[in-house]
Amino acid sequence: MNGPHDMGGFTGFGPVKAEADEPVWHEDWEPRAFALVLAMGMTGSWNIDEARHARERLPALQYWRASYYEMRHYALILQLIELGLVTAMEEEQGRMSVPPRPVKRVAKAEMIPAILAAGGPADRPGNRPQGFALGDHVRTRNINPHGHTRLPRYARGRAGEIVAVHGTHVFPDSNAHGLGEDPHWLYTVRFTAQELWGRDTRDCVMIDLWEPYLEAL
Amino acid sequence: MAHDGHHHHEHDGQEGSALSPLALRVKALESLLVEKGYVDPKALDVLIETYETKVGPRNGARVVAKAWADPAFADWLTRDATAAIASLGYQGRQGEHMVALFNTPETHNMVVCTLCSCYPWPVLGLPPVWYKSMPYRSRAVIEPREVLKDFGLDLPAEKEVRVWDSTAEVRYLVIPERPAGTENFTEEQLAELVTRDSMIGTGLARQPQ
Repeated sequence: MNGPHDMGGFTGFGPVKAEADEPVWHEDWEPRAFALVLAMGMTGSWNIDEARHARERLPALQYWRASYYEMRHYALILQLIELGLVTAMEEEQGRMSVPPRPVKRVAKAEMIPAILAAGGPADRPGNRPQGFALGDHVRTRNINPHGHTRLPRYARGRAGEIVAVHGTHVFPDSNAHGLGEDPHWLYTVRFTAQELWGRDTRDCVMIDLWEPYLEAL
Repeated sequence: MAHDGHHHHEHDGQEGSALSPLALRVKALESLLVEKGYVDPKALDVLIETYETKVGPRNGARVVAKAWADPAFADWLTRDATAAIASLGYQGRQGEHMVALFNTPETHNMVVCTLCSCYPWPVLGLPPVWYKSMPYRSRAVIEPREVLKDFGLDLPAEKEVRVWDSTAEVRYLVIPERPAGTENFTEEQLAELVTRDSMIGTGLARQPQ
């Protein structure tokens, strides 16, 4: 979807302001909000692509105005309510009024180190033939799906070159919508600044793209 | 907290109240999720402690220092960064598929995630506010040299700037150029020169004193 999350190439958001000796948290509620997002993710109620898609479905102005952890908190609530894990009234009142839904797992404290160490690898065996090889010239498709995609707007319909092949990975455009992991070949594609932005520099942008985003040139 | 900080005050209307409305809302959600049995409050403490104290850019600095000091390790990083980094004990969530990007006299690498805030947690910890901010996410791909100037870095035109947009689950770690005059440094001394920003590509390694 062409949502507020697809930021590449925008102007008007001002300079990048780095903070010297930045602390991990800036508000007392941030660590709790962040930990709730992670712990609920560990219940297995959604996958990473569904979680990203929830964030990009927040109202655009809310997405842009919120701080990062605030935005994650709003997206968590959206998912909890959509899945019936929590009702809107419960969220409002902070008290249970309907019984919990079963979840796949509740992460106990002693399970956390192993869960974090295992992570969530996205490579999967696939039976599709590899369509492109290193050095191949490709063009990204001009797609504007209503759903989730990881092909940024600024790189649609652009010509580039395959510079890395990563094997077959979970395809977010399917996985964010309950359509299965549908592994596809994942490539890094190099685009010149000239191709993307009409800028006459020697600079380039490298983007990780799945095969369905690409066609041969 | 840069530009992200100001809006909290909008929510913080009541002077002197102990908790902002947002803080109250987060607290209420935690009580609810614990009451419903979805979340173990002690697990939340472990998660917070992990990212406050165990995971941070010191990890990445160790990887870079070893890459500078040990050509065989640098070669391993080039071929299979995930395995090379895991050999130092850094692995897992948000570092499942690592790629190391070596800066050279001809090439400067810089990492962004325009679509969210993907970042190699096991080696760098949680990202700074600016990395997740709209200015960085919007501008890094269209005007990387101007963004680098915001960080006080003015690269010569003949140096190629490569911006890596982390759109998949591959996570990138920049290996900055090794500063001159460090030939006799130990790995520990080298690691002291490696800043977080130099591993994102918005800075260079420190020059030795």
